[in-house]
Amino acid sequence: MSQTLVVSGSPHVKSEHTVRSIMWGVVIALLPVFAASALVFGVRAIMAVLVTSAACVATEYVIQRFFLRQQPTVDDGSAVVTGMLLAFNVSIAVPMWQLVVGAVVAIGVAKMAFGGIGTNPFNPALIGRAFMTVSFPVHMNTWAFPREQLVSLGVDRPTGATPLGKIADALELGEPLSAIAAELPSHTELFLGTIGGSMGEVSALAVLIGGAYMLYRRLIPLETPVVFLGTLALITGVFWLFDPESYADPLFHILAGGAMLGSWFMATDMATSPMSRNGRILFAAGCGLLTAVIRLLGGFPEGVTYAILIMNAFVPLIDNKLRPPRFGKGAVS
Amino acid sequence: MVTVKTFPMGGVHPPENKLTADSPIQALDLPDEVSILLGQHIGAPAEPVVQKGDKVKVGTLIGEGKAFISANVHSTVSGTVKRVDEALDAAGFRKPAVVIAVEGDEWEVHIDRSPDLVTEITATPEEIVDRIKTAGIVGMGGAAFPTNVKYMVPEGKQVDTLVINGVECEPYLTADHRLMLEHTDEILVGIEVLRKALRVDRAVIGIELNKPDAIEAMTQSAARFPNIEVYGLKVQYPQGAEKQLIKAILDREVPGGKLPLDVGCVVNNVGTALAAYHDIQKNRPLIDRVVTVTGTSLPNRGNFLIRVGTPFARAIEAAGGMADDVAKVIAGGPMMGKAVPDLNVPVTKGTSGILLLTKAEAEQRETVPCIRCSKCVEVCPVGLEPYLLEKLARVEYWEQSDEHDVLDCIECGSCTYICPSNRPLLDYIKLSKVKVHEMRRASAS
Amino acid sequence: MNELLIYSALSLGGVAAGFAVVLYVISQRFKVEEDPRIDEVTQMLPGINCGACGFAGCSGLAEALVEAADSGDVSGLSCPPGGSETMKQIGEYFGFEMGSTHKTIAVLRCGGSCSNAPAKTQYQGPSSCAIAHSLYVGINGCPHSCLWLGDCEIACPFDAIVMNPDTGLPEVIPELCTSCGACVRACPRDLFEIRPRGKGKAERRVWINCRNTQPGGVARKNCKVACIGCGKCVRVCNDIVQAISMENNLAYIDPHKCIACGKCVPVCPTNAIMATFEPPKPKQANKETADTQA
Repeated sequence: MSQTLVVSGSPHVKSEHTVRSIMWGVVIALLPVFAASALVFGVRAIMAVLVTSAACVATEYVIQRFFLRQQPTVDDGSAVVTGMLLAFNVSIAVPMWQLVVGAVVAIGVAKMAFGGIGTNPFNPALIGRAFMTVSFPVHMNTWAFPREQLVSLGVDRPTGATPLGKIADALELGEPLSAIAAELPSHTELFLGTIGGSMGEVSALAVLIGGAYMLYRRLIPLETPVVFLGTLALITGVFWLFDPESYADPLFHILAGGAMLGSWFMATDMATSPMSRNGRILFAAGCGLLTAVIRLLGGFPEGVTYAILIMNAFVPLIDNKLRPPRFGKGAVS
Repeated sequence: MVTVKTFPMGGVHPPENKLTADSPIQALDLPDEVSILLGQHIGAPAEPVVQKGDKVKVGTLIGEGKAFISANVHSTVSGTVKRVDEALDAAGFRKPAVVIAVEGDEWEVHIDRSPDLVTEITATPEEIVDRIKTAGIVGMGGAAFPTNVKYMVPEGKQVDTLVINGVECEPYLTADHRLMLEHTDEILVGIEVLRKALRVDRAVIGIELNKPDAIEAMTQSAARFPNIEVYGLKVQYPQGAEKQLIKAILDREVPGGKLPLDVGCVVNNVGTALAAYHDIQKNRPLIDRVVTVTGTSLPNRGNFLIRVGTPFARAIEAAGGMADDVAKVIAGGPMMGKAVPDLNVPVTKGTSGILLLTKAEAEQRETVPCIRCSKCVEVCPVGLEPYLLEKLARVEYWEQSDEHDVLDCIECGSCTYICPSNRPLLDYIKLSKVKVHEMRRASAS
Repeated sequence: MNELLIYSALSLGGVAAGFAVVLYVISQRFKVEEDPRIDEVTQMLPGINCGACGFAGCSGLAEALVEAADSGDVSGLSCPPGGSETMKQIGEYFGFEMGSTHKTIAVLRCGGSCSNAPAKTQYQGPSSCAIAHSLYVGINGCPHSCLWLGDCEIACPFDAIVMNPDTGLPEVIPELCTSCGACVRACPRDLFEIRPRGKGKAERRVWINCRNTQPGGVARKNCKVACIGCGKCVRVCNDIVQAISMENNLAYIDPHKCIACGKCVPVCPTNAIMATFEPPKPKQANKETADTQA
């Protein structure tokens, strides 16, 4: 009878989900990709991931502590996710200082300037990447070959175009794909990731393992990656059926470039994707469509980054127009 | 073989914690004094018909529900009326009540106290509805809506099915579970009584699959009643919410702002069916109920048959007393129950449980910004957008809240339960509902 | 190279000129004629859009004022935060004589501080009086008490209300309060009242510092300084100006009748009457107050 009773509104029990458990869960899901990039690109890849993650965390801490004068919340893991994704999105050839600049832009401009976690309209890692692409085009478009100088920290290593880059070049020159078939990796190579490209985009297998983990932990909805990749496959498939000499097959498009990483880790970013299931399906379909359009018809060989960023801009509109189905609206009586 | 059914959208699965599922119902000793609230139900409070100094017996009418939506209140003990005054309700407000000093345990003579099962129903439908009103029977699931009102089907509405709620989807609570095990036949006769009152040919019972023994007992006994069907339902909160239950069993959707009546149903709790049996077959008004008194800190937790008006403190004492680390006492279950500010709050007709949470269990994490994870949208059984409703409520945009159907919220608490940012979604949604109702009233007048 | 520069400058300049023409035509075409006085009157108003006047922001009031001035009668319109000063200025603008408006102030009518009405429960939830109020009776058990959560502080557009961490209660800063009424609307328990500031420079005013309508015994159980409806103040005042009335166990001082003599203050057995000045101390009453305080 003596103790003071606590009064609060219902419910009085809470699920075990926390922002922290979600964000660190994504970090765990990113570990297979991390491992794959380390295996393919060597020590430098590990360095790059550590640098971007540390830079993101430090940026967020400094902004919260000294600019906003609030209790820093960097331990929730969201900055680490952004940092890792940023590193996975760029080439191994990018110098470290550029990575730090990218991280500062990703967290400072794309996230904190909009109010911090949950309020950023665009995916911070992709903004960071887009910023680096325009600012440092040379390094950003220099793609390293895998398994060369695994232990080297330098960037002076053999480089060349990515598989998607080669196809785009061929299309521009009017060469049939059969002519460069020998230069293109097989589907198995693409799946395992023993190819050139940015650090996290190479191994579809690693992304799938991470994605399966996130599905198991219910960190991402299944519909987003499935619809994203499905739409991409559908549109590239139509082109391929009409002209297999100029266009690669849909499986190639799914496995090559950033489609896997983008659809599983970036289009599913909670803050920048729609709230309703219907909305997410439309969002993912839009991402897939734009990716295909940019890859097949646009000037860039790769379009995942811009496809997702463009669709990010539509999220408020999608949220406003596509609402979850209401119980009782499809009434029986 | 029972069919597994469930409602189609949303829902969560909190840890069930049915700690008292195996504890048989035991009667709680009479307290020295009961405070019987005159407004234990939704609607207008009853008007007292006794005065200070009056002698009352168990079952004596002490409050008369005169309004259309109201219910009679009976003395739950025998003794002397100490005062017709006020007592604390579950929110700590002082409400009209009759306080009776307990002397002995003398019952009104017309009440049949024998345990014999009376299966033959002689009362006519009109008599049944009338007597349900006289006996002060209200919904025993928690909302305490006067039962007789549900049975006054308006002209033009067709009812074909009586739905009996034995789901008990709230974690911790086991009162209905034990009732179905220990009073199986009485409940079934009670359902027959209600079915007769409603003049329908079909009654269905929904029970969650985490109570296989109750499903079995009910199914077996129901074999003798050709009009009663038993359905096992998936363990998913809020399976026991009226509209979700109708959808799960009958696949009918009650539109927003409408009643089960609009899809041809009436929903009653198993406890209400038992109360109807006692009333019609045994002449016994609603004077007591089974309350699950539970919590990890209570060594003698269990299911107690408690006279209405008994203070919570008394029930907690019988279950093992307040441990030092108890922080919260909840009237009802952990999802929808009310945390009471005082232990002298009396048990009412709607009190399904008394749950004690320790400091560790009651501790709430800090609220952090929404990360738009969309889990609240995913779990909402009504298809609302709790994150949006909270935002609108914080800036007091009540018109927009109304446009987004905030009034359809059933306050199940799934959104707040699941929210990883620990945002007080339901608190704000409840506030919105109050404000939207105020706004509508203001614009109507 | 030069050619390129010239061509791009010309083409861009041409596009810009084209757009400028289009914009000009559109702005002329769809111009909305607005009375220039509305804008000027808006400039005279405080510009905080508090809504206390009953219009949507200052421009709303300005529009109403202009309309009213044209019809020849601006009485009935006022700007509570701007007060008589502002209205005088506006009156001069229109050439009207403005009646001086009473200077008023928001007054809290609750003494349920943490020491007078100690917390009986611990509230856990959003820091919002509206939510706590709809949830339960309140932290100290008094259904009319301040909830200590500061909805008024947030609502006040002038930062004139500060929550005192020592008492838990809000405090009105007289210099900043414009009696806009935001706190009156924000408080779910209707604890604020807009009252005249009172006589003289010292702003002498007296009010009942309680809203509890429960019977005295019940009210006192939760709060030491609750009005218990004993009626002593009413009896004292009846001999002077009959400013105090009693309804539902709660006294109320009519500010328009009250002469701020302060004689009711010392007779209150629970110290539920507040004054902004040192009240007179009749010998007899003084003893009584000392007793209650002891």
